[in-house]
Amino acid sequence: MASELVERYFRKETLPNIWCPGCSNGIVTTAIVRAIDNLGLDQNKVCIVSGIGCSARASGYLDFNTLHTTHGRAIAFATGIKFANPDLTVIVITGDGDNAAIGGNHFIHACRRNIDLTVVMYNNHIYGMTGGQHSPTTPRFDRATTAPYGNIDRYFDICKLAIGAGATYVARGTAYHVQQLTKLIERGISHKGFSFIEALSICPTYYGRKNKKGTPADMLKWLKDHAVDIKQGSKMDPEEFHDKFIIGELLNIDEPEFVEEYQKILNNLKVNYK
Amino acid sequence: MSSIEIRLSGSGGQGLILAGIILAEAAILDGKNSVQSQSYGPEARGGSSKAEIIISDEYITYPKVLKPDILLTLAPSAYLWYKNDMKENGIIIIDESIIPNDEDAQKVIRLPIIKTAQEVIGRAFVANIISLGVIAELTNVVTKESLERAVLNRVPPGTEEINKRALTEGYNLVKMRGSEIWQKQMI
Amino acid sequence: MMPTVLMQGNEAVVEGAINAGLKFYAGYPITPSTEIAELCAEKLPFVGGKFIQMEDEIASMAAVIGASLTGLKAMTATSGPGFSLKQENIGFAAMAEIPCVIVDVQRMGPSTGMPTSPAQGDVMQSRWGTHGDHPIIVLSPSSVKEAYYITIQAFNLSEKYRTPVILLMDEVIGHLREAVNLDEYKDVEIFERPMPQDKENYLPYQYIENGVAPLAPFGKGFRFHVTGLAHNEKGLPTNDPKVTEKLIKRLIGKIENNKKDIVMFEEKDTEGGDILLISFGSSARACEAAMQELKKEGIKVGLFKPITIWPFPDKKLREIYPRFKKVFVVEMNTGQLYYEVDRIIKGNTYVGKINKFNGEFFTPFDIVEKIKESF
Repeated sequence: MASELVERYFRKETLPNIWCPGCSNGIVTTAIVRAIDNLGLDQNKVCIVSGIGCSARASGYLDFNTLHTTHGRAIAFATGIKFANPDLTVIVITGDGDNAAIGGNHFIHACRRNIDLTVVMYNNHIYGMTGGQHSPTTPRFDRATTAPYGNIDRYFDICKLAIGAGATYVARGTAYHVQQLTKLIERGISHKGFSFIEALSICPTYYGRKNKKGTPADMLKWLKDHAVDIKQGSKMDPEEFHDKFIIGELLNIDEPEFVEEYQKILNNLKVNYK
Repeated sequence: MSSIEIRLSGSGGQGLILAGIILAEAAILDGKNSVQSQSYGPEARGGSSKAEIIISDEYITYPKVLKPDILLTLAPSAYLWYKNDMKENGIIIIDESIIPNDEDAQKVIRLPIIKTAQEVIGRAFVANIISLGVIAELTNVVTKESLERAVLNRVPPGTEEINKRALTEGYNLVKMRGSEIWQKQMI
Repeated sequence: MMPTVLMQGNEAVVEGAINAGLKFYAGYPITPSTEIAELCAEKLPFVGGKFIQMEDEIASMAAVIGASLTGLKAMTATSGPGFSLKQENIGFAAMAEIPCVIVDVQRMGPSTGMPTSPAQGDVMQSRWGTHGDHPIIVLSPSSVKEAYYITIQAFNLSEKYRTPVILLMDEVIGHLREAVNLDEYKDVEIFERPMPQDKENYLPYQYIENGVAPLAPFGKGFRFHVTGLAHNEKGLPTNDPKVTEKLIKRLIGKIENNKKDIVMFEEKDTEGGDILLISFGSSARACEAAMQELKKEGIKVGLFKPITIWPFPDKKLREIYPRFKKVFVVEMNTGQLYYEVDRIIKGNTYVGKINKFNGEFFTPFDIVEKIKESF
């Protein structure tokens, strides 16, 4: 099955990819491709837009209409594509540095507009491409090359940010829970409006080594052991929950979508025009 | 007529930039060439504002007013600011509310433009259109037919009648004071 | 027959853009360019176009590039501070060869400067604002009528050479209203983006000496990659020095070696004389008025007005300047285009500067005075 996906949706001349051994970016990227395949989308009508960073390199490997943009700006480019041609399915691949730091402004305003994009944020808690600097999602007191004595910044919960800013579909999955992640992405793509899926990932090379997290397998196991499905999470007491995180669909509501709202204005004007 | 330079100045919100646009459009309707520009402070209302118009039979190279042939001003600060830029024999028209210096009193034309807007028309905002009526009656830089068309093209729907009356009141302000104004222009 | 109308410079840009086929505008409010955004918001729906006010200047530039990739003619407008913010993505458009038009209505800088006052301080930024060697076309109109025509040409050149084109306006021309009749431009040719044919072997960055491959819109079955990384003919990232060098050479060459097609200028009284003035945008208008004054005093003055600021019409200047005793570059900055002129004349003739940088527009007397001082 995986090889069929590679055959159909990857640009084989670009492989092997640049990702380190043990990196989970391949898992998350495959989940996106599988979601697209499950939905039976026309390959020619899918756009993959990415920013800068390890995750953002995914766009080059994929055989769709692909756009590898500037650092932090993928959502703004994607907004232009979707608004200009609403027939296209536009998926943004981004990372925690790309989306939560340099691209934060575009992210919150795309949430607010509720424009029909699907953003998948590979969250590996570190800047990998530049060699292991702390990101907005590096846990407090963890180490990074620019936090040699421990990170003093607080952790940025981007799912909460998305909900606060007005996104209408918000979910969290992990590179360990692949089938669930695929399902969450599928539902995000099908959702009319701004969809945000956080995919918790692992970076054994930088984050893992700096913080003595063990092998890639240990890191994936950590994701397995600390993830709590939203259905069970509500039943847990805070004591039990303190070092855990919720996975699953956090929000799924219907609100007016930007491109459709603009179309309504056009329709009204045509009636009144002349 | 080779080239006539006109400056309208006052406070932001008095509608003088719109008046400048209307005057430039009236000149075009007369088959002449015209340019219009403006400057204003950062305030949306209440700051100083200035509209400049050049009307010519020929191509206008330099688009800004250097030495006005006509200065109309509705605010004291603008009067003090611009009165010394005038071309020799240029006409200065000021609102009655502005008190000119003794040395200027002889040559400036003071008219109750704002008061006419408030008391005769009952709408302060038409002071700009009354001003245009004054300029047209006094100088013939544009024809009254074109001016009226230009006013009606630009004012908000529903205010056409009021603005037409404002133009007429502007003409009348000059007509009523004809001989006095004539003397001043001779100075 | 169209009637003569009073039109503002910024409005003429919008009219020209719509005439050229503008279908997408993304922008952010900034004085003195805001009228362009406001008019696009109002008018684009009636020509099947789309308008979006983005969250910032960077996003506006990004959205314009995204929209252009779907095949729409796209534009944004800004002024100095916003122009600075857009630079990274302008570089992206240059590298990825995405057509787009960026209007910069220059105001007094640096920094926030004087937002409602004119200047021409972005001459060098329009050329070198983004990092790395890159091609760019910069056009500067000096009247409302010209703003209309030059905007159309900005779109044509952008589409033809797959490059960002900067329309370098200034506050004077942006806010000036002039009597214009657009009838003479009704037959101006509009360049439409060609559609590639072969989906199987499509090379979006095919090596064509001094040229570009046609750009397929996203969604039409070509499925190619676009990146700001150095890339091969397929658009895929490369670290190969040979491929990279070939790419950069082609990018620079497609503009440098097509100057004959790209470059526009105007000349007045350039048969020869005492002084040659070189000026552009609104400053050229002050020069014209100064020439009339100087003529009265028996001083023979010519004017060379590049409309294409970049690439600069160097060939034409080399032809004209030897006919004059002295050359003056007249611009509302401390001397920027001066450097390019000086580079071309190479000390063969005296090149002086006439500058204004206090937020006021030149008067003709400013220029007359400086010229008289030089005798």
